Amino acid sequence: MKVVVCVKQIPDPADPGALDPETKTLKRDMKLILDESDSYGVEMALQLVDAAGEGEVTLVSMAPNNERSGLSTALAMGAASATLVSDPALQGSDSLTTAKVLAAAIKDQSPDLVIAGSESSDGYTGTVPEQIAGVLDLPSVTAAKSITVDGSSIKVQRQTDAGHDDVECPMPCVVSVTAGVVEPRYPSFKGIMAAKSKPVDEKTAADLGFDADAVGWAGAGQEIVDVAEAPQREAGEIVEDDGEAYTRIVGFLEELKII
Amino acid sequence: MTYVPPIRDINFVLDHVADVDDLLTRPPFTDVDRETLDFMIEEVGRFMAEVIAPTNVDGDKIGATWSVGDDGYGRVTVPESFTSAYKQFVASGFGAVPFDPEFGGGGFPWIAAIAIQELMTSANMAFALCPLLTQGAIDAIHHHGTDDQKALYLPKMLTGEWTGTMNLTEPHAGSDVGALTSKAEPVGDGSFKISGQKIFITFGEHEMAENIIHLVLARTPGSPPGTKGISMFLVPKYLANEDGSPGQRNDVSCVSIEHKLGIHGSPTCVLAFGENDGAIGWPLGDEGAGMRNMFTMMNNARLSVGLQGLALTERAYQQALGYAQERVQGTAVGAEKGAKSPIIDHANVRRMLMTQRSWIDAMRCLLYENAAALDRTVGGGDDAEAQQEWADLLIPLSKGLCTDVVNEMTSLAIQIHGGMGFVEETGVAQYYRDARIAAIYEGTNGIQAADLVGRKLPMRGGAVVLEKLDAAAALAAELTGVAPLGDFGPRLTEATAAARRATEWLLEHGMTNPNNALAGSTPYLRMLGVVICGSLLGTLAKATLDADDDADFLAAKQASARFFGEQILPTVGALEAQVTAGADLLFALSAEQLA
Repeated sequence: MKVVVCVKQIPDPADPGALDPETKTLKRDMKLILDESDSYGVEMALQLVDAAGEGEVTLVSMAPNNERSGLSTALAMGAASATLVSDPALQGSDSLTTAKVLAAAIKDQSPDLVIAGSESSDGYTGTVPEQIAGVLDLPSVTAAKSITVDGSSIKVQRQTDAGHDDVECPMPCVVSVTAGVVEPRYPSFKGIMAAKSKPVDEKTAADLGFDADAVGWAGAGQEIVDVAEAPQREAGEIVEDDGEAYTRIVGFLEELKII
Repeated sequence: MTYVPPIRDINFVLDHVADVDDLLTRPPFTDVDRETLDFMIEEVGRFMAEVIAPTNVDGDKIGATWSVGDDGYGRVTVPESFTSAYKQFVASGFGAVPFDPEFGGGGFPWIAAIAIQELMTSANMAFALCPLLTQGAIDAIHHHGTDDQKALYLPKMLTGEWTGTMNLTEPHAGSDVGALTSKAEPVGDGSFKISGQKIFITFGEHEMAENIIHLVLARTPGSPPGTKGISMFLVPKYLANEDGSPGQRNDVSCVSIEHKLGIHGSPTCVLAFGENDGAIGWPLGDEGAGMRNMFTMMNNARLSVGLQGLALTERAYQQALGYAQERVQGTAVGAEKGAKSPIIDHANVRRMLMTQRSWIDAMRCLLYENAAALDRTVGGGDDAEAQQEWADLLIPLSKGLCTDVVNEMTSLAIQIHGGMGFVEETGVAQYYRDARIAAIYEGTNGIQAADLVGRKLPMRGGAVVLEKLDAAAALAAELTGVAPLGDFGPRLTEATAAARRATEWLLEHGMTNPNNALAGSTPYLRMLGVVICGSLLGTLAKATLDADDDADFLAAKQASARFFGEQILPTVGALEAQVTAGADLLFALSAEQLA
């Protein structure tokens, strides 16, 4: 069983980053860490391979400056190897370009299953996994909370507002995983020591067959025209309870269509 | 309260004070690469913050509890969150990092273990005591055990599956260990029957691990009185089966646990050995060498307790800082008229925060330098002897100074919280209570001060201390006139000169009347500790002048060093008078007159 996990390396959310006013995108020239939302995918993949009793988990990532700190964490968790696509030409790539690049890196590996987080914690476009599936012409299942392998297909519990849908899908396929559905393991000392000798294959856009003007800012089909500060949170409404305040609460919840 | 691991600060000290890159060029550490060390420390930080830190309040509020088990032996229960966190700690393998690869260790330098310990102790001091004691027991078995003992016990203890304890103290033998009376009677097959009662045994009983290996000091028949008659024995809670797995229960029972001011999550046990059919133990090291062998681990143990001073100051500072940023009270100077200011804008609160921050940097320099000096003695390089002297001198400073300072700094953290700090719900009082033991155990700070003037100061007739003061004076001259550091250089020059005068006074007057040296030993420990911290911070500050790092980070380090120079170094002036006053006044009143 060969599982590829797409992992994004992002600025540490505990150390809030800044926007580059030129490009209106997040500055990403510092040390990057494994996106927490991808750690669930890594964990799920490791569990699937464990359960299958054979195979391996490999990683693909696209990041600036050959950054691999976040990959190291995932390798120390137990992934076997990684492909890192890093190229100045890729700066400014939109989600579709990102998906094409990652798809090209995945394709050579002919995996049984591709796992990705539902969305990154720095960009939140939430479209890359499905676009990868589109580019590779593979079936796509979104918002998985659990995956089990059954012969040549998988059974997925797909998170919905009401509960979950049971979905079956033939392999190979692309599955996006909901955050928080498994407990990602912490890298052990042994895992950390092993990680340093695990192969990380560095590739440029050209290695994957992309012209510089087809990717990055040049190839982006979208443009960020403006960024604005998030509006300040407005002060809440305080209701003095005269014994009838519950009616206001019920009314408020009805207004929100929660009840 | 969440804990943010201060990884960057640790790295800066590793780089510029402890010079870890140099350390890793020395055998036996040449196989350790810096990148892996940094990566490990970062992952350890995340693990401690996310897995261990959330258990800290449970330790305090639920604590350890004692009962009688079905087998009639005393039973200790720790909070459930401790048990599951400990399981994850064992799975992490972080307990094995500094030990011998032959038994499953990582072969990393001790300074790596110190970084792990700092992070774990900040996260939860009571919890961290269990791996800490195990580490001491591992060291003892590694140094003094037979090949069979090492093969049987070390692999399980390195993983943390089995934990370890140190059994020295008895009701009448505290600081005076030589007074102990526990007995070891030979059985004839190489084993001994151990009997006696030990008190203050940290994690002496618990069920987080499948076995507990007690190292016990006891007397063999006919042994001479005092420390020369003491031998060390290895007494497992469960005797090993043929295959090494834990088998029959040994006759060791926890008969009670103490109700303490702090570290409630760490059971402090009274252990009764041999109350029924006799506790089986095996000699560890030579007969009569128990005390000396126990002292091989003493430097590491004292350094680790000093580290608790840093770790709790860091944790308390983080909480106090958060509170000072959020709590709005009064109008600060310069604030808009009528506007309410966060208390961090008030000068007095700033003073407290800067004092804490500055001491955190100072203590981290001292402790990590101490660990690096110990590591540099291991490979037997050209400077091994000089490094051993340096490490030996630093030990009483690391232990004594940092554990005194943590009492003051955790107290300031409460002060910053105002009345809310005195209320337990805020959580900050726990650090103050937990910290209090550190100045007492592992040799009270009075013992540390006596060690400093009685054993360390006399090294090479005082030359070891005087050479270090010379080096501090030279650095002070170099940093004088360096603009970003303000008056750091001149203040270090003055403080160093005062420490030199006090040192020379002790060398002259302490030899004729030891009570003169002992009378001034506590202020002298403070004085020399502050000056050595000042000189190490000088090294740190010097590095900020041309380090390739974030400008804000470097400016913060400079301000912290400068604060230490201008606000804390001058306090040694007052200490000089205390150090050189002699013993007469302390004994001016008779014991009866003091009543």
